[in-house]
Amino acid sequence: MPNATIIALIPLLPLAGFVLLGLFGRKVFRNSSGILATVLLLASTVLALYTAYEYFFVYGKVDSIYQKFIPLQLTWLEFYKGLSIDMGIYIDPISVMMLVVVTFVSLMVHIYSLGYMKGEERFPVYYSFLGLFTFSMLGLVLASNIFQIYIFWELVGVSSFLLIGYYYDKPSAVAACKKAFIVTRFADLGFLIGILILSFCSGTLDFQTLIQRLTVPGSSEFNTAVSYSFMGVSAITWGAALVFVGGAGKSAMFPLHIWLPDAMEGPTPVSALIHAATMVVAGVFLVTRLFPVFAITTPNTLVIVGWVGAVSAIFAAIIACTQTDIKRVLAYSTMSQIGYMMFALGVSKYGGEAGLGFTASLFHLFTHAMFKALLFLAAGAVIHYVHSNEMKDMGGLRKQLPITHITFLIACLAIAGVPPFAGFFSKEEILLAAYQNNIAIYYIALITSGLTAFYMFRLYFNIFWSKPYESHGESHHGEGGFVMMLPLVLLAIGAAAAGFIPFGEYVSSDGTPLKSNFHLQFSIAPVVLGLTGIFTAMWLYRSQNDRPAKIAASLNGFYKAAYHKFYIDEVYVFITKKILFNLIGKPAAWFDRNVVDGAVNLTGATTQAISVGIKKIQSGKVQQYAIYFLAGVIVLAALFIYVWK
Amino acid sequence: MNDIFTLMKSELAVTAIIFLLLLIKIGKGVRNEALLPIIQVLLLINLISGFFFNKEGALFGDMFHTSTLIAFQKNILNLGVYLISLLFTDWLKKSQHMAEFFMLILSALLGMFFMISSGNLLIFFLSLELSTIPVAALANFDLEKKRSSEGAMKMILSSAFSSGILLFGISLMYGATGTISFAEIPAKLDGSSLQVLAFVFLFSAFAFKLSIVPFHLWTADVYEGSPIAVSSFLSVISKGSVAFIFISALYKVFQPMQAVWYNMLVILAVATMIIGNLFALRQQNIKRFLAFSSIAQVGFILVGMSSSDNTGVTAVTYFILIYVFSNLAAFGIASVISEHSGKENIDDYKGLYKTNPFLSWVLALALFSLAGVPPTAGFFGKLFLLTAGAAKGEYWFITIAALNMVISLYYYLRIVRAVFMDKNETPVDKIKLNDSVKLAFIICGAGIVLTGLFSWIFDFIQSLH
Repeated sequence: MPNATIIALIPLLPLAGFVLLGLFGRKVFRNSSGILATVLLLASTVLALYTAYEYFFVYGKVDSIYQKFIPLQLTWLEFYKGLSIDMGIYIDPISVMMLVVVTFVSLMVHIYSLGYMKGEERFPVYYSFLGLFTFSMLGLVLASNIFQIYIFWELVGVSSFLLIGYYYDKPSAVAACKKAFIVTRFADLGFLIGILILSFCSGTLDFQTLIQRLTVPGSSEFNTAVSYSFMGVSAITWGAALVFVGGAGKSAMFPLHIWLPDAMEGPTPVSALIHAATMVVAGVFLVTRLFPVFAITTPNTLVIVGWVGAVSAIFAAIIACTQTDIKRVLAYSTMSQIGYMMFALGVSKYGGEAGLGFTASLFHLFTHAMFKALLFLAAGAVIHYVHSNEMKDMGGLRKQLPITHITFLIACLAIAGVPPFAGFFSKEEILLAAYQNNIAIYYIALITSGLTAFYMFRLYFNIFWSKPYESHGESHHGEGGFVMMLPLVLLAIGAAAAGFIPFGEYVSSDGTPLKSNFHLQFSIAPVVLGLTGIFTAMWLYRSQNDRPAKIAASLNGFYKAAYHKFYIDEVYVFITKKILFNLIGKPAAWFDRNVVDGAVNLTGATTQAISVGIKKIQSGKVQQYAIYFLAGVIVLAALFIYVWK
Repeated sequence: MNDIFTLMKSELAVTAIIFLLLLIKIGKGVRNEALLPIIQVLLLINLISGFFFNKEGALFGDMFHTSTLIAFQKNILNLGVYLISLLFTDWLKKSQHMAEFFMLILSALLGMFFMISSGNLLIFFLSLELSTIPVAALANFDLEKKRSSEGAMKMILSSAFSSGILLFGISLMYGATGTISFAEIPAKLDGSSLQVLAFVFLFSAFAFKLSIVPFHLWTADVYEGSPIAVSSFLSVISKGSVAFIFISALYKVFQPMQAVWYNMLVILAVATMIIGNLFALRQQNIKRFLAFSSIAQVGFILVGMSSSDNTGVTAVTYFILIYVFSNLAAFGIASVISEHSGKENIDDYKGLYKTNPFLSWVLALALFSLAGVPPTAGFFGKLFLLTAGAAKGEYWFITIAALNMVISLYYYLRIVRAVFMDKNETPVDKIKLNDSVKLAFIICGAGIVLTGLFSWIFDFIQSLH
């Protein structure tokens, strides 16, 4: 059995860091705050690895199926017998895998930030926010019921808000954190309604019970969930779809993705942690948590998940080819890769071999966390060196930044799907799953994978080759110290080797190990496409020439549209400012001013008038008081003896 | 014999303190400065000891009975008296008759204890009188003020009238059922017209003491005329004690007439909330304001009482505990300001925050709690009252109650706005608070914040049945 204390400590240690640094950071831990937070997280990571080892290799497997455990369950608010909000720990292959990912990436970011954020005025505050985020994310992945997920979901949102707005004196950062918060809040509203529908249908908030009740046809809860309908769609489909809206908001799926590129205003290590490896995959995690409901009860919803994922994947990949801010390229790349994970879930079924997409999605989540965190941290090192996010200020940096160069290259190869790097394996499985279930999505995915290779190497050549590096005159420090290079190297090892983990053995839709079967002929197409992308990028960007400009000119309209992110932001502004404001806001304001206020004033005036009227009763004459007293007694007696009988 | 000492320990303790004060008074006489701390300590000991060794049992052929719930209710009243002894330190020290003040107040308290524990109508009547007459004397305590005497006079006359009706009701009840014992009455109730008439008479006496509309008219005059310490005693402790006995009489003794009294409670609760609020809206004098707002609060207590099962008892007891903290804090502030500046109008409170931030925060907490704003305890108190009242499914009734909460929010916040936002050329001067007054405010503030947050307090009251 899992040890509840050890597992509970994993999220509680970062929380302790948050509390300590939040309360005493400025005074007591002025200089040691980073070290303190990192040590706490190191402990947390060790515990997470220990838990994973114990789960996967010691007690987790019974009869060759990975079991689900709830080692801790505290009742928090009990409404009545049977319905309560609990705080619990839920241990299954997914949560254990996520524990490892979150603590490991968070630890890398903690270490890296020791160098990157050195000398910042609000250094302790930064680390306390990181602690809060890590705590919330770990609480989210360990949640044993849907309401607990919601609480931590919001906490994650808050800490993301705080970290994006870390440079609060920068107006763009303030605008970005507000945007992220509002867009995800809007999606969370869908999530909340979805939770309410699902828990109403199933009469519980607990995952295991909920899934059990809503997936077995014939039970009374199942029948209610399927038979109730609204606008011709059953309650369960509404519930699942709305939960997915929440997930799509956090995971920056089209068309709720607009906050993610702006969120790059936060410090770069934060982008690596929150907006690449952990928080943005919460949507994927959420769908996997409720996967049996999606796959068995409402397969229609899963089709929506698949198409939203596929559209997001290719849409973001096209935009990424045109951006010039390196962090924005990475942001769109993240969105595209999460689209991969989403459609992998969309094309999956529940159980056995048909659950390949499920395993592939989580496998990609795992490998993506490694190479995307690495890309961001390496990009951070570049930005640290040249003090700019723009590609035009870079070029030829491979001499100046040798370690960054190599690790960045490994990450690029991984994300491009070049064997034997990690991304190759996970992407193969996703493509195979798509090929078996939905051929249209398969072709979209194939094109996207070519585009991915192209824009990643466009980025790589623009940073490290292209032209000789010209210093802009500032005095330069070196590549960044040991603390910044160590995470890069460790993550690079992960990005290179993580693909060899037999992932399907451990994580699958129903807990039974899934043999990954490797088809050589099948992987030819994506690899060739990937290599084509890489060589195209090399031909265009390896040294300075006018080919990119010419191609951009020949694709004039399309290029401009992609460069402007297909004007999605403008669409939102148009909808909110012009349509919502004029059609709903203004009439509502008029109604409020003239009708509601009028009614309120009328009530106020009436109340005052009555008040003046009855004042006469309160005359101060005690004889009259007695008369009213007596009248009261008589009226009551008459009422209850004669009238009310 | 031992039973008397254990079951009646609250009553005996209060009696002992009264006699001790009497001895001190007829002896050489001790200066107020020296006597007050002694009294405060005695009351504190009384309060603390009230938490221990409470047993259930009956005495004197069932004329007196007690239980852990009753002991807890008595201790809420003890807490109120202790807080009063702290809060009004300044006023008490100036008084020439401080020992008498406490003797009277404790006599009234003793009457309330017997009333809550009473097991038949006779004891009930006697203890009700014991809890009323000393308070009428107290209302007259500002000897040099005409209004104080007027208030006392009105109170004694109205009480006499009410007592007359009550006695009439008791004799009718005896005539109709042949018994005055609470334990025997329920079996004899058959809902005949005579019994209903007798019940209405009894009900009106409770209604009078609780200031339920239309039996409330004495309240404002008496509160305004009396010293603030006495008004606060009347509005919190006196009301609390009658609410306790009222609810247990309704639930246990008059259970068979539930259909009758439920409708009565609903009608009177609605009238009380609305009229109390309408009057409170336009008051300028802080004491009158608190008087009318406390009438409206009683309306909410009636909402909780209408539930007719244990949730009602728990909700009412819990609410009164919170009400002790909130309303005493509000009265305490009114008293401190009135003592130091002679100002009693709400307009005089403008700009108080500039000069007296501590007082302003305590006042704001108290008013928020009275208005039922979360997360103060008052919110939870009202919430439980309304949920208890909603048990019968009369949702229009709960809707009216909720609307009245909104109205009351408006006038409570009016004061908060005056204190924090309105500008004033001549705000109240900075007041240096006595330590014991400060302690009382801190206890009240902590009570207002913590009683709501610690759910075990509610669970504890619930477990006392």
